[in-house]
Amino acid sequence: METLFIHALEQGLAYGIAALGIFLTYRILDFPDLTVDGSFVTGAAIASLLLSRYGFDPFSVLVVAFIAGAAAGTVTGLLHTKLKITRLLSGVLMMIMLYSINLRIMGRPNLSLLRIDTATRLVDAAWSGLGPFAVLFFIAMIVIGVKLLLDLFLRTEIGFALRATGDSEAMITAQGVNTSTMKVLGVAVANGLVALSGALVAQYNGFADVGMGTGTIVTGLAAVIIGSTLIRSSRIGWMTVAVLVGSIIYRVAVVLALRYGYVIGFQASDMKLVTSLLVILALVAPMFRERRQRKVRAC
Amino acid sequence: MLSLNGVSKVFQMGTDRKVAIQQLDLVLRAGEFLTIIGSNGAGKSTLLNLIAGTFPPTTGTIRLAEMDITGVPAHIRARRIGRIVQDPLAGTAPSMTVAENLALAAKRGRRTLRLALPARMRRRIRDQLEVLNIGLEDRLNCNVSTLSGGERQSLTILMATLAQPEILLLDEHTAALDPSNATMIVRMTCAFVEMFGLTTLMVTHNMEQAIELGDRLVMMHKGEIIHELSGEEKANATVAELVDLFSKHHVVDDELLLERVR
Repeated sequence: METLFIHALEQGLAYGIAALGIFLTYRILDFPDLTVDGSFVTGAAIASLLLSRYGFDPFSVLVVAFIAGAAAGTVTGLLHTKLKITRLLSGVLMMIMLYSINLRIMGRPNLSLLRIDTATRLVDAAWSGLGPFAVLFFIAMIVIGVKLLLDLFLRTEIGFALRATGDSEAMITAQGVNTSTMKVLGVAVANGLVALSGALVAQYNGFADVGMGTGTIVTGLAAVIIGSTLIRSSRIGWMTVAVLVGSIIYRVAVVLALRYGYVIGFQASDMKLVTSLLVILALVAPMFRERRQRKVRAC
Repeated sequence: MLSLNGVSKVFQMGTDRKVAIQQLDLVLRAGEFLTIIGSNGAGKSTLLNLIAGTFPPTTGTIRLAEMDITGVPAHIRARRIGRIVQDPLAGTAPSMTVAENLALAAKRGRRTLRLALPARMRRRIRDQLEVLNIGLEDRLNCNVSTLSGGERQSLTILMATLAQPEILLLDEHTAALDPSNATMIVRMTCAFVEMFGLTTLMVTHNMEQAIELGDRLVMMHKGEIIHELSGEEKANATVAELVDLFSKHHVVDDELLLERVR
């Protein structure tokens, strides 16, 4: 049971990076981006290919995965801003294109990392003193690093412009900012994070699979919504903490559901159905709550 | 400073054509304060949109300080043109704080990966807010969504004028406020216009305001300038006279009649 919770924490944090990306598009930029279902796999595929075929070290592949994801996000952003395709459709189109591209990258639907020195295996060996917590500690370090970098980015001049783009396009245009550029940039960074998450998860699981990204958007949204319900704040630093907490809670819930779900007649394959229903519930709940004021910073 | 030459704007909706601005010529000298009045659909807002670059004109050219800006996109023009619209919600980013909004405005144009709100900027912003004298300097970390309409519009004025634009466009920017707030905003606007010597173009529905403020008054109807008043003529004008001028051009609508009754 204890190791089960450690695994849930590890996964919650590893998928948490993807949730941070989804937070960036959905919450900050107000751009519901479906590319992530594809770019998650792209990150996993590139990382696995470079590890298994080209002998890259398991840490630099994370950076390469980020760049690949950012490239995919850039295309989605350009589809929307330059070709005027709606945001949802731009994301869906890119997601479908990535399915083929991911198969091309891997050369087959599944790439195993069985006898490869993945980051998790190296860490397990190097930090054996930490016992069962070595991998958890390693993933937490990466996730916290990514979170702090994202916080910092959102506090820069460009970060401010990005936040204002999602908030009030008319206002930020009047302040001399090209909102199209900001959207492309935001979606690119978001998909970079999602791909980085995919590369980390692939190493953690020991394989990349072309279907592993299905539902990334929904689990990410679940994390964002759970997090923002529990930790209400309009400070960037707390908002990103909330996303990670949401992601961990979601994973713990998944572990519990998989273990005890049979008691109420659920089976493992019901997971995505239940998750989506939860997200729908969370999304429509505010409509039924008597126009409850969103809690804002006390003044 | 600003000149419009033979500017027209035609909106094409399916087979429907609507001429919003018709062969309009307008020159604004540096430091001048021009007020524009006109009935609904006279093309006042369209005119400001054309100057701000929200959409391009169908014909004609727009020059700003001898430079042809007709094809320049809105966000580039915004570095030289400040604009305040009627809706107090439109000029600020509601989920960002007062300080964050002003930091955005302090940095027109090129943005970098430097921190947007260092302590030095925060101090500068506090000083600027003190000038407004409405207590916002103590609410730097409040989300703008918690501010009242008047407070938000004051903030918008500060944001629009801080960068000292070459032209300030005011689009009925007091119309959505209650009378006391509207008076305050007008006073604030005039103070800033004077302080920075801004070249200003103000659209208003309020004829008294149009007579009282500015150096020159332009009356628009159906996309054309039908009358112009300046100097003595403008200073001595009355609302009744303006209404008569409008009726001469067969412009009679409810709003004008209401003004006459007043």
